[in-house]
Amino acid sequence: MNYHWNWPIFWELSPDGVHTYFATLMIGTGWTLLTSACAFILALVLGSLIGVLRTSPFPWAMRLGNVYVELFRNVPLLVQMFLWYFVLPELLPTAAGDWLKQLPNASFYTAVVALGLYMSARIAEQVRAGILSLPRGQRLASLALGLTLPQTYMYVLLPMTYRILLPPLTSELLNTIKNSAVALTVGLMELTARARAMQEFSFQVFEAFTAATIIYIAINMVVTFAMHLVERRVAVPGYLGSRTPAAGH
Amino acid sequence: MFSNFDFEVIVRSLPYLFYTGMAFTLLLTALATIIGIIVGTMLALMRLSGTTLLTLPATAYVNLMRSVPFVLMIFWFYFLVPYIGQWITFSVQPVKVGAFASCLVTFTLFEAAFFCEIMRAGIQSIPRGQVAAAQALGMTYPAVMGYVVLPQAFRNMVPVLLTQTIVLFQDTSLVYVISVTDFLGAASKVAQRDGRLVEMYTFAACVYFVISFAASRAAQVLQRRLAVIR
Amino acid sequence: MSGMIDIAGLSKWYGPTQVLKDCTTAVAKGEVVVVCGPSGSGKSTLIKCVNGLEPFQKGDVSVDGIPVSDPKTDLPRLRARIGMVFQHFELFPHLSVMRNLTLPQIKVLRRGAEEAKQKGMRLLERVGLSAHAGKFPGELSGGQQQRVAIARALAMDPIAMLFDEPTSALDPEMIQEVLDVMVALAKDGMTMIVVTHEMGFARKVAHRVVFMDNGEIIEDAPTADFFGKPRSERAQLFLSRILQH
Repeated sequence: MNYHWNWPIFWELSPDGVHTYFATLMIGTGWTLLTSACAFILALVLGSLIGVLRTSPFPWAMRLGNVYVELFRNVPLLVQMFLWYFVLPELLPTAAGDWLKQLPNASFYTAVVALGLYMSARIAEQVRAGILSLPRGQRLASLALGLTLPQTYMYVLLPMTYRILLPPLTSELLNTIKNSAVALTVGLMELTARARAMQEFSFQVFEAFTAATIIYIAINMVVTFAMHLVERRVAVPGYLGSRTPAAGH
Repeated sequence: MFSNFDFEVIVRSLPYLFYTGMAFTLLLTALATIIGIIVGTMLALMRLSGTTLLTLPATAYVNLMRSVPFVLMIFWFYFLVPYIGQWITFSVQPVKVGAFASCLVTFTLFEAAFFCEIMRAGIQSIPRGQVAAAQALGMTYPAVMGYVVLPQAFRNMVPVLLTQTIVLFQDTSLVYVISVTDFLGAASKVAQRDGRLVEMYTFAACVYFVISFAASRAAQVLQRRLAVIR
Repeated sequence: MSGMIDIAGLSKWYGPTQVLKDCTTAVAKGEVVVVCGPSGSGKSTLIKCVNGLEPFQKGDVSVDGIPVSDPKTDLPRLRARIGMVFQHFELFPHLSVMRNLTLPQIKVLRRGAEEAKQKGMRLLERVGLSAHAGKFPGELSGGQQQRVAIARALAMDPIAMLFDEPTSALDPEMIQEVLDVMVALAKDGMTMIVVTHEMGFARKVAHRVVFMDNGEIIEDAPTADFFGKPRSERAQLFLSRILQH
């Protein structure tokens, strides 16, 4: 195998003259985590809203929720990112469009919005399945006590739903982190982008990608462990939750 | 806003988009699905085998594929496959592999991890009594698996497998990162050459939407039919 | 006739199927009415119409003079004044027993936290479960959960209580502890509608028995009359089957 291994490459200066390759990978990791966190929060908020709408007794709400989910699920994430990054500025009035194109960190904002909306559709489905898996009587008992429908969701249905959903939501958080790599196509210099850049400049292909792989695995393990702790902390004594299955990436 | 929308560019490039781009996408999807399910089933059997020698590598492989972004894996295999080819064929230099072959290997091996988990769930959902009955009749392990467990597991999992296939179809767009011309790549090329980003990307989004939506509706119909038969 | 609970000409359809056919009855203040009948007769649906949990297409239902189906009626307010106990207890599993009792008081009746807690403790004592205030529903037996559910409904100071097959999901040895609580409640003068198969309970404290079959009220008679000489054949058949046990 005529590949020239050079593991100490990480400590050499990258082409920007300031950071070592290792440092650039760390900066990339920071962008990955920041983008994923922001996108996931957006996805959680929107997804919960849509999920609740889809379980409410109003037909217009259900239809709105259905359209939303189908729209964001049937177009690939990459295409959605392109739409936000390339197409949106062109569709807006010239002033707004130009402002968008010149925004510093435009790729970050695009990535957060695109990724957040994409994942929100999946979370909406999980939330809906979670609420529907609760015994029908819970909603009735709450209403029978005189709680309004919003109060019923807030104090009775959603607290149990989120506990049931911790495993699938962990899975979606991990998916968000993995999907953040797609943003390299619109210029976000997250971890995979940095590894690719390192490979392009130093020709040390396998060192670069091994480092990225190890970092992703490490992130994975930390997140999984942290969510496991959260699960134990909020577990309801005596309740054997039903589990909704986690879908593929 | 839409006064400038140039339908002409879309119509002009339809043959290129579909005969070159979509053909690649669909072929990759179909082959990766079929081979991926086969490899995935083998991985599932390895994970369920009970012998550490088989379980450990299979589990490690699946967990690795599921921890790492697909884009990173595309890069990995893009560079790795020529070296593997060199190792397999004992040649002097890394074997130059075509774009399609490289993508096929990548997608098959990546998606196999997900198909493995699906088939594993399917196999585990078959009641123990089925295996016991088959063994009581004198069947060996391959026969039990081949005639009793796998056919049922597969049938139970068809809806989930179909959903994963649709996910695969959408994921093919990611070959963009290694500049391969799939459907999105073709649309992108036309967009940049003719300066018509809005039209081409919007059109691409619509096409992906229509195909994915139709496929998932078909999967739902199939699922309802299968449920009735059972 | 104007009573605490008035049901007049109540009819309900689920799509093409009519599940309640022109039901008319009333429950006076302090009365205990048992509703019985074969499964599918519409008894659960009937009492769910009383507090508006089930909508209905025809007829009138009013509680203390307030019409249930009038769009101007503040339904949550009305529901707070009617207590309901469910077959599957329906305690909120993520909340402790005490929180199950205090949450509705605080959120619906706007009581202070301290007041709600004291009320909760008093009611837990009344149903014999004061030692379990800090536990979670999953840690209690079925009978204990149902007693807490009754306490939860009572914490709202209801003017009437609805029971939907309160003992049907309980193991036999736990049925008595729940019935004892219900008997005490009846003796204290609570207006109650109880859907149940427990004829012993009916004979003990019910003033009237309503027999339903196929969505219709077949018989509506004072307890002694119902058990002594039921007028309809279907009621006689039902009684003969039920009383064998």
